[in-house]
Amino acid sequence: MFDGYTMGEIGAIFAMQGFAGLILFSVFVLMALGLAIIFGQMGVINMAHGEFMILGAYVTYLCSNFFADYIPALFGIYFFVAMFLAFLAAGALGALVEWAMIRHLYRRPLDTLLATWGLSLILQQTYRSIFGAREVGVTLPDWLMGSFALTDIIDVQINGLFVMGLTLLITVGVGLLMFKARFGRQVRAVMQNRMMAGAVGIDTEKVDRKTFALGCGIAGVAGSAFTMIGSTGPTAGQLYIVDTFLVVVFGGAQSLLGTIASAFTISQSQSAMEFFLSGSMAKVLTLLTVVGILMLRPQGLFSLKVRR
Amino acid sequence: MARILNMDRTQLLGFVLLAALVFLVLPLALDAFRLNMVGKYLTYAFVAVGLVLCWGYGGILSLGQGVFFGLGGYCMAMFLKLEASTPEATAIQSTPGIPDFMDWNQVTALPWFWEPFHNLAFTLFAVIAVPVAFAFIIGVAMFKRRVGGVYFAIITQAVAAILSILIIGQQGYTGGVNGITDLRTLLGWDIRTDSARTILYFVNGGLLFVCLFIAAWIKSTKFGRILVAMRGREDRVRFSGYDVSAFKIFVFCVAAGMAAVGGAMFTLQVGFMSPTFVGIVPSIEMVIFCAVGGRLSILGAVYGTLLVNWGKTTFSETFPELWLFAMGAVFIGVVLAFPNGLAGLWTDHVAPRLPRRLGGRPRPEAAQPAPAE
Amino acid sequence: MTDTNTRPVRRSLQVHPDQPASMERRKLLGGALGLAALPLAASLLPSRAFAQAPLTSAVNTTGLAVTDSTVKVGILHSITGTMAISETGSVQAEKLAIDQINAAGGVLGRKIEFVQEDGASDWPTFAEKARKLLVEDKVASVFGCWTSASRKAVLPVFEQYNGMLYYPTFYEGLEQSPNVIYTGQEATQQILAGIDWVVKEKGAKSFYLIGSDYIWPRTSNKIARRHIEKQGLSVVGEDYFPLGHTQFNSVINKIKLKKPDVIYAIVVGGSNVAFYKQLKAAGIDMTQEHPLLLTISVTEDEIRGIGGENIEGAYAAMKYFQSLDNENNKAFVANFKEMWGDDMVIGDVTQAAYLGAWLWKAAVEKAGSFDIDKVREASPGIELTTAPEGYVRIHENHHLWSKTRIGHAKADGQYEVVYETADLMEPNPFPEGYQ
Repeated sequence: MFDGYTMGEIGAIFAMQGFAGLILFSVFVLMALGLAIIFGQMGVINMAHGEFMILGAYVTYLCSNFFADYIPALFGIYFFVAMFLAFLAAGALGALVEWAMIRHLYRRPLDTLLATWGLSLILQQTYRSIFGAREVGVTLPDWLMGSFALTDIIDVQINGLFVMGLTLLITVGVGLLMFKARFGRQVRAVMQNRMMAGAVGIDTEKVDRKTFALGCGIAGVAGSAFTMIGSTGPTAGQLYIVDTFLVVVFGGAQSLLGTIASAFTISQSQSAMEFFLSGSMAKVLTLLTVVGILMLRPQGLFSLKVRR
Repeated sequence: MARILNMDRTQLLGFVLLAALVFLVLPLALDAFRLNMVGKYLTYAFVAVGLVLCWGYGGILSLGQGVFFGLGGYCMAMFLKLEASTPEATAIQSTPGIPDFMDWNQVTALPWFWEPFHNLAFTLFAVIAVPVAFAFIIGVAMFKRRVGGVYFAIITQAVAAILSILIIGQQGYTGGVNGITDLRTLLGWDIRTDSARTILYFVNGGLLFVCLFIAAWIKSTKFGRILVAMRGREDRVRFSGYDVSAFKIFVFCVAAGMAAVGGAMFTLQVGFMSPTFVGIVPSIEMVIFCAVGGRLSILGAVYGTLLVNWGKTTFSETFPELWLFAMGAVFIGVVLAFPNGLAGLWTDHVAPRLPRRLGGRPRPEAAQPAPAE
Repeated sequence: MTDTNTRPVRRSLQVHPDQPASMERRKLLGGALGLAALPLAASLLPSRAFAQAPLTSAVNTTGLAVTDSTVKVGILHSITGTMAISETGSVQAEKLAIDQINAAGGVLGRKIEFVQEDGASDWPTFAEKARKLLVEDKVASVFGCWTSASRKAVLPVFEQYNGMLYYPTFYEGLEQSPNVIYTGQEATQQILAGIDWVVKEKGAKSFYLIGSDYIWPRTSNKIARRHIEKQGLSVVGEDYFPLGHTQFNSVINKIKLKKPDVIYAIVVGGSNVAFYKQLKAAGIDMTQEHPLLLTISVTEDEIRGIGGENIEGAYAAMKYFQSLDNENNKAFVANFKEMWGDDMVIGDVTQAAYLGAWLWKAAVEKAGSFDIDKVREASPGIELTTAPEGYVRIHENHHLWSKTRIGHAKADGQYEVVYETADLMEPNPFPEGYQ
């Protein structure tokens, strides 16, 4: 397996693969966090999650065009503005969707799955009608696309670091919001016992709407960040959907910590297997392992001890 | 017949009407080309009927029914492909006598798991047995451990993803992304002619009715009532001493078997099988056929399938760009406004106004509760 | 949908000097002179061959949809679904060609009307629509399909109902149907010249093959591997990823360790964008040509999604680039942009799709009939001196003789042509010794 490599190179392999795994880990966490909030806290399956991500990507695209045309001097920092706007846009759309659709379906989780799938079809066609069927090229500031070389083999990708930093920031933010802030307490209260939460004066509908909007907003930020590593097209959101769901389910739906742990496990194993096997087989093996483990431990890695 | 199935007059009338539509009206009204298209749609109805049982009654939503449809179709396609790949027909290949895609992929001998598919009897057995066995494995693993609801839906989706990556990747053995194409004859009978397609249409319709009767029978037995009870309150059924998982496994296998028959008929009527059916999107679309028809109505599933596909064909011929909007709106509309689909509309609005002799009833029970899941 | 094509052509075909054509070639073409020169020919020649239409009963003996003044053809591409990204350009090119042919007097005096069907990125739908076009609409020819899977799905339909399909995409070969004219290159045409060029000009010794996991990249890489190994050079790695895969960091690490001279990439679709962005981010600067990247799957169309700055410096081997410097191409690009907008880019497949309608017209006119069998018989030897790519000719095996070119990707999303084969490459869909 390691024939023909020097010790130094083997060391480099591990360093580089570890780093690649970490990037993949960050990507998975970013993808899954929004979904985990919505699914875990509300029990709603948002099949349109990928389309919310792509909304963020298109916002980034529009932003980059706007900055390039009108304020080229500030082009270097447009990405931060874009991410913020992506959050707002996806969050606003999320709130709208919750109001128009999801709130009528809280008692029927499987039906939310169908309805949001329908939503994803509509969003896809909307993107196609507005932006065209082709992928759009998002121009990134130069400083984001480079890398700096640690040794002659090991390069550290700046966008990789950026994604990692962003993931850390958002995860910590969400964690604080959920476990330290008043909002988080309300969300958890509603999740654990909606009637009691209502009885003690929490406006459960409002909490629901905010939670859904938050989840969608994070998806928007993720989509914005993924313009650095992936494509932006009407159907690009579908590429992420299976991975995302598996990460969330594997982690145990009601646990943010579980989502992170599962993203870590899946990303590291996939990235290691991709190195030693052909890409397709690595993907199949990863998915199989996850499904296999889920069969043994259906509640996922981490789960709340709730009596059913 | 009606007594065996415990049918009342309304249900019987429904079956007769559908039979008249499938076997008389459509064949008389449509030319061979359109009839073949309807035949293709009806193969999806097998899946939808299976979903009525396992989702509508059992409360198990599978987003991987395409897997079983595909497996059934692939089994049939393997037989037809072997028949089309005689040494004479494939003389220009470096290894004559094996399917063309194997030759392109430097496979020099027929893989062992293709060998039995020379035999039609085995193939017909495999069409049902392979998908059912697969469903059984998934079912045992999931339901014994009480995986259900949303988790089950997502895991079936992952299974669909795995299988389609595998089929596409192993192209030397499966035909890859192109699928198994250019199927010509069944035991020497050319299935591509208009007359053959018409015959296949009727065979397909006949098999569909067999499935419909099976579904109606299951529904009418005690087992059917337990399924409904399970959907409502699984724990209480369990506490009453029933083995819930066994029931779920059984109904999941039945649904898989029906999907597989549909897949095999699809292959026969369309002339090829491709991995796209095994993927996620067709599986979800098939769920919507069932939802449009009414997830609690066996006959509704057939109407739902026909209606959605007819809409798809018409829309995509006239306003291709708008098709996704329409489809999306159907998904949302059915779920939000008509959770019982066409059947719900019928029982709520049409049936009460019919004279009692035709089976009109003031408030049929199926219309009352919105399905819990 | 019968979309009667009433859109006015905003600029008739530009008249430009016909390429030098031998007398023999003129004889072969019969009445059909250089196509772009048609308006000129029609106005100068006293005979006005195209004004008087031959009797419908004479040119259509098999019941195709041909009237005294019109002829129906089909356009069959995905305008919805995942493949719409790629197929849109082909539809546009086909409509442009039809517009231009109509403006120049149509085919055998008949105006072309097209029936457009949507394959919806779904192969059974393709088969179904192909049947509709042939059985219900009785079209005289079909321009369409993009992926191999869609072509494989419609092929039995075309053979059963004896239709004619003009297929525009470069593809893996291994096929030769009497009912298909392949206007794109088959694998060997694209691959051999490209590899020979990097070996000769860039001194490449080792290759890393990477592709999306389906038949075209796998077959192409197989041919590439044989060709590389035949010359005593080495393939240091070969990897495939599922369609739509978006994470390439692991394989990029492998590439860095193996240090190949050439990355030979056949990644398609959305994966393309991810692959090139991640390659650049990982510090592989393709402008350094160390390693050098050679692709056969990225046309100007794809670069729009990837972003020119992310693929700058890569090389592509195919038969057409938008920047080709010849009069035919300049007129084609100008007309295309005028019809579809200034921001359009034109890739290899788009150009090949444009050839389809013209090749069909030339074959019909040579045959003097719309009958499929006569058109098929007339097709081998048909040549286009006015093709944007220069000159093409239909081989007996229904593929095109064409030149292969190497383009060097620039930051503005265009390729600069750095090399073209001296001779036309012979199409060889069943290459001996490469399988």
